[in-house]
Order: sequence, then structure tokens, then C-alpha cells
Amino acid sequence: MSKPYYDASDLRKFGKITEWSEELGNKFFDYYGKVFEEGALTAREKSLIALAVAHTEQCPYCIDAYTKDGLQRGITKPEMMEAIHVGAAIKSGATLVHGVQMMNKVNKLEM
Amino acid sequence: MATKSLKARNNDIANTSRQMEILSNGIFANGELPTFAAKIKESGHFPLRPKKLEILQINLGYMCNQVCEHCHVDAGPDRKEIMTVETMQQCLDVIKKTEAHTLDLTGGAPEMNPNFRWFVEEASKAGIKDFIVRSNLTIIRANKKYYDLPEFFKKHNVHVVSSMPHWTRGKTDKQRGDGVFDKSIKALQELNAVGYGMPNSDLKLDLVYNPSGAFLPGDQMALEADFKKALKADFDIDFHSLFAITNLPISRFLDYLIASENYEDYMHSLLDAYNPAAVENVMCTNTISISWDGWLYDCDFNQMLNLKVASKVKHVSDYNEDLLQDRNIIINQHCFGCTAGAGSSCQGVVA
Repeated sequence: MSKPYYDASDLRKFGKITEWSEELGNKFFDYYGKVFEEGALTAREKSLIALAVAHTEQCPYCIDAYTKDGLQRGITKPEMMEAIHVGAAIKSGATLVHGVQMMNKVNKLEM
Repeated sequence: MATKSLKARNNDIANTSRQMEILSNGIFANGELPTFAAKIKESGHFPLRPKKLEILQINLGYMCNQVCEHCHVDAGPDRKEIMTVETMQQCLDVIKKTEAHTLDLTGGAPEMNPNFRWFVEEASKAGIKDFIVRSNLTIIRANKKYYDLPEFFKKHNVHVVSSMPHWTRGKTDKQRGDGVFDKSIKALQELNAVGYGMPNSDLKLDLVYNPSGAFLPGDQMALEADFKKALKADFDIDFHSLFAITNLPISRFLDYLIASENYEDYMHSLLDAYNPAAVENVMCTNTISISWDGWLYDCDFNQMLNLKVASKVKHVSDYNEDLLQDRNIIINQHCFGCTAGAGSSCQGVVA
């Protein structure tokens, strides 16, 4: 069987990106850590946003990470699923709202 | 949901030497992960030594009315190991001369020991001021003979510490058994009714949260706030503190980790979250654990792995605190459970 492009254990190696570009890598991880701290939004709210975005970005590492993070925070299954629906609604909305562009174009081109 | 202990099911994991084998081999033998000893050497904590003794934790027996999925004691209704009056008497002799200020009674369901109340009364006479009873809550509703436990606890100013894995029914019952959530809620309301857990009340009621699965507990303060908000809004329940406890990879939880193929990832999670500051205050440094049959251990987990203290004094009948305190604490890879994140102990986080 061919090797898959994604390997779940690669997530643990994420920190290694600093090895080939230390300054940029460290700046990224400092920023990343800061973003998820308690702020105007709670860390719990940020975790749910991250879970929704993880799905819209379709990043398997992020999905693993923020599903586990949600469980650790006591976030319930319905809360997680609703968060994903928010992401899905924006994704589908973003597709459909372009329908207006299509309509505009049709209206311009048609006699 | 299991209804029998691993022991009654003759499960391989019920054998403590098999557990030690799992914890010593695999990813720890091939060098993928460092051992606990190697890890605490880095911060100069090896060998791990006791500090001032503060807590005597006595296990009154492995019998329990529940069979929880994660139980490190492998407790259940089929476990018949319970402390006799003779051993209790030996414990009382120790209580009279120990420096420890807190008596922490655990099980199984400690209340199911037929001499539980006698023991609490005698320990109270012997001068113990700070009692902890680790109550599973449902025992209070399990049988009429336990209905007055809240009053009994109140009479002796017992600090009640109870497990509650989640504020929702589904998550609680999945871990602890069908119907456990509703009974626990009723028991908490009854404890509130006699004054337990109320704001500013001296009758202490704390809850223990431990994750129902292969993940670590989140921030204790944040979880406490969520529990308080939900239990107050949904059931008008008050409590004091929430202790977030990490599941240690032993007994039923180890069995679950292996069966669900989460063992290696879980050990990685514990290692990734390793916190040297937590090592400073791990509970084995201020606690002695006594088993139902009077043997002495560094902690309740070592008790379940049958790792008796490394001391000439191994049994409560030979108790000598000075000798006992001059010992090295026995460690193994399960200890990573107490040093992950903010640390974990029977009193919650330690760092």
C-alpha cells in the first residue's frame, strides 16, 4: 500500500519547523500561543472557532488537535457539531452569494 | 458499560505485574519516550523523597456500588476486599501518634464498609480534625440505610469529595453507569439541603472531575466555572471547588487505553504536558496510602499496582513514622499522570 500524504503522528513534530527557520518559527509559535490565551474571547470560545475553521480548512491535524482540545475543556458533542455547522454555513453561503455575480453576468450578457 | 471488575472477568490487566510490564516496555524500552526516572533526574528530583507527612489516605475496601469505566481501583460490587475492625484499630493507633492532620477515606465506596461509621467516630475521638470522605454520591441513594449519610457527615464535619465527570447526563452515565447522573444530582441536592457546599459554609463539598476518555483535563478553574454555572442553572446545586484529576494509565483505564489503541498517544500527551514544577508537589511527597489489609504505599496508585513502600516498615502494624519518612518513593511511568500540565493529585492541581 502506498504511504498516505498525512500521518497523524506528524502533528507531534509540528514544533520541528523551527529547526529550518528558527526566528520565523519561534515568532509563529509565540503568536499562536498568544492568540489562544484568555482574552476578550474566552479560551473556550477560541477553541470552538478553531474547530470550525479546522473543518473549513479541512486540516486533519487541526481537526485532531481541536477535537481533543474541546474534550479537555468539557465542550459537548452538540456544541462541537454546531460550531462545525457555523463553518459549513459560511462556506456554503460564500459559494451561494457568488450566485449574485453569476446573475449579474447573465443579466449583463443577455439581451 | 462494564458491570464486573477486571478481576472478576479474569482480565489480563487485573494482574499487576502485567501492568508493570506494559508500563516498562514498548515505547519506554525502545527509547521513543524517556522513563519517569530519567525525566525527573533532569530537574534534580531523583530519587523522589517524602516531605512533611500531611495526609493519611486509608482505603476502606474495594467494594463499590458502581463499576466505572476508568476506575484505577477496579472496584465494584463483586470486590470483597474490605478493611476489618482489627486493621481499623491498627490505623487508629497510627492516627493517635501521626503528624498528619488529614484523614482521607477512600475505596471503593468507603461507606459500604460495615464499620465505616464506627471508624469515623473513633478517628474523631482520636483527634482527627480534617476528615475527607471520597463519596461516589450514588451510595447515598443506593439503600435506605445510607439515606442519613449527609447528616452523619455533617455531625463529624466531614469534608465530602465527590466524583462528577460532567454536568450533562450523557457523559456522566457513559463513564459511571446508567442512572448515575440523576442519583448524583439528587445526592448533591440532599448535601446542599443540610448545608454542604453552600457559599461560606464550613461544610465542605468539592467535586472531582476526571476526563471520560483518552485526553487530559483542561484548566481546573475554567472547568470549575463551567460546572458551577451549569449545575446552578439546571439543578440549583452549589459546591465549593472542582478538582481536575488526570487519569493514570493503570488498571481499568489502562485496559481501555490499550483496547481503544490510545495507549501510545496518551503517554505522548502526558509527556508533552510534563511539568517539572508539578514534580515538586506530587501527592506521594505528603501522603501515605494504607490498603484495606493494612499495607503501606506511597500513593493510592502504587497501592493498586501492589508497589509497597521501599522501607523496613511496610505494614500499619509496624508503623514507625520516622523510619517510614526516610525512604525513596517508588516511581514508574504511570507517575507521568501526576506531573502533566498543572499536575494532578487527589486534591486536584498541584502547580
